[in-house]
Amino acid sequence: MMLLLLPAAIFFVAFFVLPMCRLFLVGGSGTTGWAAYAAIVTDTGHFNALLATLGVAAATTVAALLISGIAGVFLQRHKFPGNTALVAMLTLPLAFPGVVIGFMVIMLAGRQGLIGVITQALTGDKLVFAYSLAGLFMGYVYFSIPRTILTVMSATEKLDPRLEEAARSLGASPWRVMIDVIVPGLKPAFISAGAICFATAVGAFGTAFTLATRINVLPMVIYTEFTLSANIAMASALSFVLGAVTWLVLALARSAAGSTVAAAG
Amino acid sequence: MFMPNRKILFRLQLAFTLAVCAFLVVPVVLSILAGLTVNYFAGLSSGLTLRWVFAVWDGYRDTIFLSLGIALACLLITLLLGVPTAYVLARSRNRMSRLIEELLVLPIAMPGLATALALIATYGTLGGFRTSWAFILIGHVLFTLPFMVRSVLAVLSAIDLKTLEEGAASLGAGFRQRFFDIVLPNCRNGILAGSLMVVTLSMGEFNMTWLLHTPLTKTLPVGLADAYASLRLEIGSAYTLIFFLMIVPLLLAMQTISRPRTTRFISDDPDNTLDILPVPETKK
Repeated sequence: MMLLLLPAAIFFVAFFVLPMCRLFLVGGSGTTGWAAYAAIVTDTGHFNALLATLGVAAATTVAALLISGIAGVFLQRHKFPGNTALVAMLTLPLAFPGVVIGFMVIMLAGRQGLIGVITQALTGDKLVFAYSLAGLFMGYVYFSIPRTILTVMSATEKLDPRLEEAARSLGASPWRVMIDVIVPGLKPAFISAGAICFATAVGAFGTAFTLATRINVLPMVIYTEFTLSANIAMASALSFVLGAVTWLVLALARSAAGSTVAAAG
Repeated sequence: MFMPNRKILFRLQLAFTLAVCAFLVVPVVLSILAGLTVNYFAGLSSGLTLRWVFAVWDGYRDTIFLSLGIALACLLITLLLGVPTAYVLARSRNRMSRLIEELLVLPIAMPGLATALALIATYGTLGGFRTSWAFILIGHVLFTLPFMVRSVLAVLSAIDLKTLEEGAASLGAGFRQRFFDIVLPNCRNGILAGSLMVVTLSMGEFNMTWLLHTPLTKTLPVGLADAYASLRLEIGSAYTLIFFLMIVPLLLAMQTISRPRTTRFISDDPDNTLDILPVPETKK
């Protein structure tokens, strides 16, 4: 029976394990040698990019969890006409690629975007923030909402509504019910969904690429090192570190939430 | 006092959810309109046209066909590699199988850029391979295989596969017969869900593909990035519209099949075995 695993195993070793080992070696083969792996903290530019990347990812995670938490619990707990249509719309962008998400941000907050038109009509000033970290943040939130809502909804489905009823009948306010019953019940879902948001935001490249090459996040730095500076060793070292960070976040979340967690996008 | 309070809360939550919905849907509608408008800057009053859609079709047709081809090839390979893997993992729940599951998820956890660089560093010097679309295909298979395995595994873990197989074996069915007549029909929902996911993800993959592609092997998302960067907003929008037309039916199908979460046993419906979905052996 183990023979059935052979094709997949060969493919995996040849096209993932070997290349990853190679990537690690290439990372140390540049002019700076193995010091390239430390460059992410020793080089000021790279370190700032790392901070910006982690900052955007953390902000995305918090925003996506808040938004999807409220909307997801609401949609699961209240069934009303149109509920299914709302869920369908909220989960439709599930597999939009990063480049398309970037374009969506441009449609909203770009030079000819909706927000610009509205703010110009209201205040006379055109608000354009698509081509900055704020635009990137907006794109990552857009990207994370469908996935997070799905996780929250299926976790809420398994939550016993009688617990909430009991809390309410004992006089708990809606706020207390949320803080003391719903949020603790959904904690594993929040951890695993949050980890996925964080990991995808750290490694995503398409959105930043569409918005502007000037956005200084780690994937963009890797890309510039590789194409413009042709510094393949540095690009390899940085992307290896980026991969390690992502993997670590997911592994920590997995042990905390006790379920399988995987990123996508 | 209690009731109106809950009513207000309901309305607030509904308003919030509608706002989130608008945030996701409005830009999609805007971009569709932009792709069909003569001059987006002048507004809808400038009239509707299919000019931009045709312009994209003329300029970027190849990317659409390449993406479709890669997605289908990717589906075929993930079926051939993924379904047997899921079966083995479902049959042997031990430390070894959990380790394999962990390993398989790694390519998704790894940022696409890192995987692409690793592939280039290892196989980039093989000229013919590097410039062929198979190079992109490898990346897509790495990225989508875990989804196929997990989707099939989820269905297989929910049924008592061992008993079913033992029953068939006691009646004299060999391994081949059991695999094709028992295992595959039982995991067809998982195969269907996994297939939709694989095709959708492959068609939209950009992070890896941007580094793996060559001027002659441009996929749809690569073409999109090109168009966004260098062409007018209307063309980018029309291109996005074509992409939506290809991917939204897949996403809707995925939503439809994920809704009823019931596991069907062969015993519930003896005719099930007659109308099995196309499975790997029919596609060879």
